[in-house]
Amino acid sequence: MWSEKCCKVRRRLEPDKDMQACAIFGVMNRSGERFGGDIAITAMKNMKVRGNGLGAGFAVYGIYPEYKDYYALHVMFQDKNKDAKDVVDEFLYNNFDVIHDEEIPTNPEANVDNPPLFWRYFVAPQKKGEERNLSDDDYVVKKVMYINTRIEDAYVFSSGKDMGVFKGVGFPEDIAEFFMLDKLYKGYLWTAHSRFPTNTPGWWGGAHPFCILDWTVVHNGEISSYGTNRRYLEMYGYYCTLFTDTEVVAYAVDLLMRRQKLPIEIVAKIFAPPMWDVIDRMDEKKRKLYTALRMVYAPLLLNGPFTIVVAHHGEMFGLTDRIRLRPITAGEKGDLLFVSSEEAAIRAVCPDLDRVWTPHGGEPVIGRLKKKKKDAEEAR
Amino acid sequence: MDMKMKSHLLPEFLVERIDERCTRCKVCVKQCPFDVHYYDEELDRMFAREEKCVGCQRCVVYCPRNALIVRPHPSTYRPNNYWTHEAIQDIKKQAETGGILLTGCGSDRPVRIYWDHILLNASQVTNPSIDPLREPMELRTFLGRKPDALELEVNEDDVELKTELYPNVMIETPILFAGMSYGALSYNAFKALAMAAKEFGTLFNTGEGGMPKEMREEFGSNTIVQCASGRFGVDPEYLNCAAVIEIKIGQGAKPGIGGHLPGEKVTATISATRMIPEGTDAISPAPQHDIYSIEDLSMLIYALKEATNYEKPVCVKVAAVHNIAAIASGIVRAGADIVAIDGFRGGTGATPKIMREHVGIPVELALAAVDRRLREEGIRNKCSIIVGGGIRCAGDVVKAIALGADAVYIGTAALIAMGCTMCQKCHTGKCAWGICTQDPVLSKRLNPNVAAKRLVNLLRGWSLEIKDVLGGMGINAIESLRGNRDHLRGVGLEEWELEVLGIKGAGE
Repeated sequence: MWSEKCCKVRRRLEPDKDMQACAIFGVMNRSGERFGGDIAITAMKNMKVRGNGLGAGFAVYGIYPEYKDYYALHVMFQDKNKDAKDVVDEFLYNNFDVIHDEEIPTNPEANVDNPPLFWRYFVAPQKKGEERNLSDDDYVVKKVMYINTRIEDAYVFSSGKDMGVFKGVGFPEDIAEFFMLDKLYKGYLWTAHSRFPTNTPGWWGGAHPFCILDWTVVHNGEISSYGTNRRYLEMYGYYCTLFTDTEVVAYAVDLLMRRQKLPIEIVAKIFAPPMWDVIDRMDEKKRKLYTALRMVYAPLLLNGPFTIVVAHHGEMFGLTDRIRLRPITAGEKGDLLFVSSEEAAIRAVCPDLDRVWTPHGGEPVIGRLKKKKKDAEEAR
Repeated sequence: MDMKMKSHLLPEFLVERIDERCTRCKVCVKQCPFDVHYYDEELDRMFAREEKCVGCQRCVVYCPRNALIVRPHPSTYRPNNYWTHEAIQDIKKQAETGGILLTGCGSDRPVRIYWDHILLNASQVTNPSIDPLREPMELRTFLGRKPDALELEVNEDDVELKTELYPNVMIETPILFAGMSYGALSYNAFKALAMAAKEFGTLFNTGEGGMPKEMREEFGSNTIVQCASGRFGVDPEYLNCAAVIEIKIGQGAKPGIGGHLPGEKVTATISATRMIPEGTDAISPAPQHDIYSIEDLSMLIYALKEATNYEKPVCVKVAAVHNIAAIASGIVRAGADIVAIDGFRGGTGATPKIMREHVGIPVELALAAVDRRLREEGIRNKCSIIVGGGIRCAGDVVKAIALGADAVYIGTAALIAMGCTMCQKCHTGKCAWGICTQDPVLSKRLNPNVAAKRLVNLLRGWSLEIKDVLGGMGINAIESLRGNRDHLRGVGLEEWELEVLGIKGAGE
């Protein structure tokens, strides 16, 4: 993927990096009970001033139980370009078994301008030749990258199983209304995002969450280490096409968590490591570990202000930068775990919280499905 | 046929004396190793043989009455943009001597200085700058090979590190002292570098002249020992006392040629350190005669690793030449843990002027090309990159790191900190400041404690400045600047130069 892209896209002038401020929110039922979009939508409404209507989106887990064994590809076609759809259809039929496909239902009355055409495909990989050696996940990533970089006016913005991303240009409540999230979908984990881009006009594909496979990232902040992070990820075959900080975070998560299988607790210490003077005071074993992490993963330290919420099936975590320039607030009520840019948004949907706290920089707030936890214990 | 020839050379400097200030104390006579000043008892006057003056400013600084001014001589040939004063003088020198022109220090030609065409970024609004006076700013750097990933075994809270790491050396600021040998430098200057490196938590480099035995225990862990073409002073103890071993292939001031320390500089202690007889010329061949190819280099790298039980990173130092990106890639693939690139401006104790002025490329371009190539090949983290050759200030350091370097070497700047005034007469062995000489009287002028203090002050000053700039960019750890070319913009550069540097133009 890297080599073919790199040879093709050999240019010095890259597009400007996307700069933005945002609101983010995540809510998870740790028992796996599914619920509608009201909580996430109401919470996002409460933080309306943090966005400017140029982008918003939601990621929902557990929405396609009837197709849960198939990759759900959400594709947008710019300017409702039917030719692009024909090309994508042909490409997908050649590379996948398409079990079912349909237009994603939308509400024409919603307050959004010029929406693209949205289609979803439920697919199973149909690997041929050398590609047989790829895992299903790697195969899907490769094909998604192909569509996103080679097929004009087509953009796959969601590619996991039994989950989906819904996003576009508008305020969160407009996007929710457009996709009818409060009526049509139920999931056990919702993350949401509202943008305040400072230098680029909104593009439907540029909204968050950012997604590869079932991994989604929503992010707030501007990463001052972007150039370092991006160039390191390029070495591992991730070529940033959107030029947003979020894309860098998503690829870093994919590299560390999916490919290198590092747990969240460790990844948090790579993204937002403790200061050297703290490390120097640790006991020897810990000091060696933290020193090794900073040495080896130095190019993936995310510097500057950020809050991120990362999710995949069964797990959600929130994290703020190492000196907490963009704090994150967490709250708990029974099985529900909330993470949010602002406490007010959590209070707006759950006034009687059991617990609410603002974690330190680099300390992740982790939510795991109880069932998954039990499975993990049994496996051990 | 032996005939006396009248020299046609014009003096380079004018020595002016404010006579009413002069008390005839004769400090200037004692301070000048070039025999410029003299006193005429009969006339009770001071005179100057200004054709001998090199402009080192020693007499000016040490004159107790500030009676002296030394400045470029106003005599010139008819001004000519093509046949410059320097060109004419050089021809005359060679017509009188029939030899090659020798000089010291790095090139002073007006080849484009890319550092001065690059500007840095700072945060405004969308991203807060960080105040280095209130928040930690981290400059700690590790030199050596890094694995692609770490393998961990996680059991609840207990995390076991399974990956065995390659040897890495930790430095507290990304600034190292460049290779300058004992022999080229006086003992005091050499020792001052070692003392400063130890105090600040960084490294100095022995150059190719070995390391005096008595310094090994105290300074070994702050030392990069060099293994160069002459193999002077190389034995197992020398290699094992060090933090890093550097194979020197070439240097920026004279790529492609070797070195020559004349026998008169090979004193008893230098002879012992270099392991050659006293009074013999120490000649470093142009190539390493056991390295005629990349596979030969690999064999030497692994021989040195074997000799040190794979406990130390091995660095390979090369001059920045045209094909530097491919060369660096080969070096990394040959097993080197660190690549050091010495640019066109790199200094030296002695070099033929033609090499210094005409061979090599600017280190800024070399660095950008090497960093890009290693990333394209996916091997950038298999090595660290050190660059040197004309780093003048903390701004240059920041730009080098943003272009992709892990750390920089400073040679000339360190000498200037100790007292050097860039008179370019290192090759004469008469350094008035006691830095680049083996004359015991001159060497004694440099107090190693004071010189080390000046060096530590310089490192401290630059480190504070780097922290200021980082904070302004909204970065609090140096690793987030490394290779971060988004924080650089070019001014007054051509399209191809921006392309090679991998940076945008200002305003883009």
